[in-house]
Amino acid sequence: MLYGLKIATRYLTASKAQTALLVLGVAVGVFIFIFMSALIGGLAEFILSRTVGDISHITIQAEDPDPAVLIDDDGHVLAAIERGRARTATLPDAATYLPLIKSVPGVVAVSPQIGGAGFLARGAQVAQVSVTGLEPGRESAILNLRGYIVEGSERLGSGIVVLGETLADDLSLRLGQTLRLQSSTGASAVLTVGGIYDTGNGMIDGSSVYVSLPTARTLFALPQGVTRIEIKLSDLNAADTTALRIAALTGLDAVPWTDGAEQLMEALDAQAQTGYFLKTFALITIVIGVASALLLSTYRRRPEIGIMRAMGAGRGFVIFVFVTQGALVGLLGGLSGAALGYLALLPFPSRDAFEAGTLPMDITQGSYGLAITLTVIGAILASILPARSAARVDPVTAIGQ
Amino acid sequence: MTALLEVSDLFKTFGSGEAETRVLRGLSLTLAVGEMAALLGPSGSGKSTLLTILGTLMKPTSGCYTMLGQDLVTADDRALTEFRNRHIGFVFQFHNLLPDFTALENVVFPTAVREGRETEQARERGRELLVRMGLEARVDFPSANLSGGQKQRVAVARALMNRPELVLADEPTGNLDRDSAMQVMDLIAEINRDEGTTFLISTHDEKIASLCARQIVVGDGLVTG
Repeated sequence: MLYGLKIATRYLTASKAQTALLVLGVAVGVFIFIFMSALIGGLAEFILSRTVGDISHITIQAEDPDPAVLIDDDGHVLAAIERGRARTATLPDAATYLPLIKSVPGVVAVSPQIGGAGFLARGAQVAQVSVTGLEPGRESAILNLRGYIVEGSERLGSGIVVLGETLADDLSLRLGQTLRLQSSTGASAVLTVGGIYDTGNGMIDGSSVYVSLPTARTLFALPQGVTRIEIKLSDLNAADTTALRIAALTGLDAVPWTDGAEQLMEALDAQAQTGYFLKTFALITIVIGVASALLLSTYRRRPEIGIMRAMGAGRGFVIFVFVTQGALVGLLGGLSGAALGYLALLPFPSRDAFEAGTLPMDITQGSYGLAITLTVIGAILASILPARSAARVDPVTAIGQ
Repeated sequence: MTALLEVSDLFKTFGSGEAETRVLRGLSLTLAVGEMAALLGPSGSGKSTLLTILGTLMKPTSGCYTMLGQDLVTADDRALTEFRNRHIGFVFQFHNLLPDFTALENVVFPTAVREGRETEQARERGRELLVRMGLEARVDFPSANLSGGQKQRVAVARALMNRPELVLADEPTGNLDRDSAMQVMDLIAEINRDEGTTFLISTHDEKIASLCARQIVVGDGLVTG
């Protein structure tokens, strides 16, 4: 079939301008495909990083015991377990699970935490807050506290509290000032403001405070164990499968971030579907372009096809010549379009440096290989009809004998 | 003399109903190995149709056609294509070269298409044929840039490339001036004499026909002389 390749190549190079236009048309289609892939992929990345990038991807939360009553044979209530007003459940054996969870592929950070409610008081001012105790030295394992610090440091030590800028403003607190934190269990501690952060999330900035894990143990009277374990993954899209894996390994109820995020997932799916439609239209355009150009070429070369058939070229050879032309056009257009797409995406900031006001393009999500492969396949499919038409040319009529 | 091909009771009808046209009406013909025959007859007598059927480019409506012992009426398209490639060469009135290829590439085509590539052996044979046609200076010329006479000589070389037993020529000199026509005919005669290739040449030109050892006259779909 080397000879068929030679004929196909010669036909393409014989009409340089026409071939160049055809390849350019395919390249533009591939460029759109790649541009849309990078945009849709980048946008999804951007939305996810802004919405769930700073939250736990998998959470293991201690469960309160279910309410229950113990009744004797006469129907008298001997004992009753009621659900408390505040969460008091703990994971007493958390320390034994942590190495196991850390060893699961895809897990990049594990953060044992003690959480609860409390009141922050400074003078006569009081605010209800959510208190989280974090391991000192690993404060940014889940929420990137270090990145959001606007004053002071995220480091949590004994007697240190880190709080949001909104809360600090509400209580007129400044760095280094002291305050009293009272937990829902009634314990209280005098703490110094060691850092103020601004995440841009009003909920966190206005009502969350962070203390060290030992301080939280004192505040919530938890000498051992934690109330939850937060886990961060390298790929947040793998949360569902990794959560199942962790649950199977530990026997604990591991909840992925996707639970309760159905609306976000639907929105991302809808966005991905839009991308698929646009990319499909780009491919259809390529297929129509290649098919019409090759049909025209078939018509123009009818006498030559007749000569070839008269000289002993079989129908299969003629089909091969025209399908090869389609494949070459697809390959050249695919490579050119991929190169154009890559060059056009280069000036955009990388996925880690998206900024407000710019298109969140992700050059790594251009689907270059897929674009080239689909284009070549599409061009081959597009050339089958013209090729079959060429193979059916009657040599007698075509030559005009 | 050994028969190269035999046709008998050949009919060819085009169209149907009121539009039906009978071009061949029970034509019978035998060509011997090494013959050089002219096919004469007025326009519409069925010469071109006969050549087309003999060249396996078209099937008769009915009748028998055997060449080299093979039944070419019942053979399928694939078998006919292969037979045509190996045993039959064509020279058309308007040369019908592939315009985007050089003279040598045109000549080599029948062998290359059979072998799937252009071998050095095939190129050597092609060059020899072009030299024999007096075109040694035009071997790598784009065929589109050749003169009419040169193109026709390239077409003759192409027809001979696979050393076919039969060459069918349909008005090979019809589009050439007298000198070029005689050059082409001299070459055909030389090859017929040297290599024993059978030629059947359709022509209106009595002078060209007189150069052939046998004249076959077709009239009204039958061999009349």
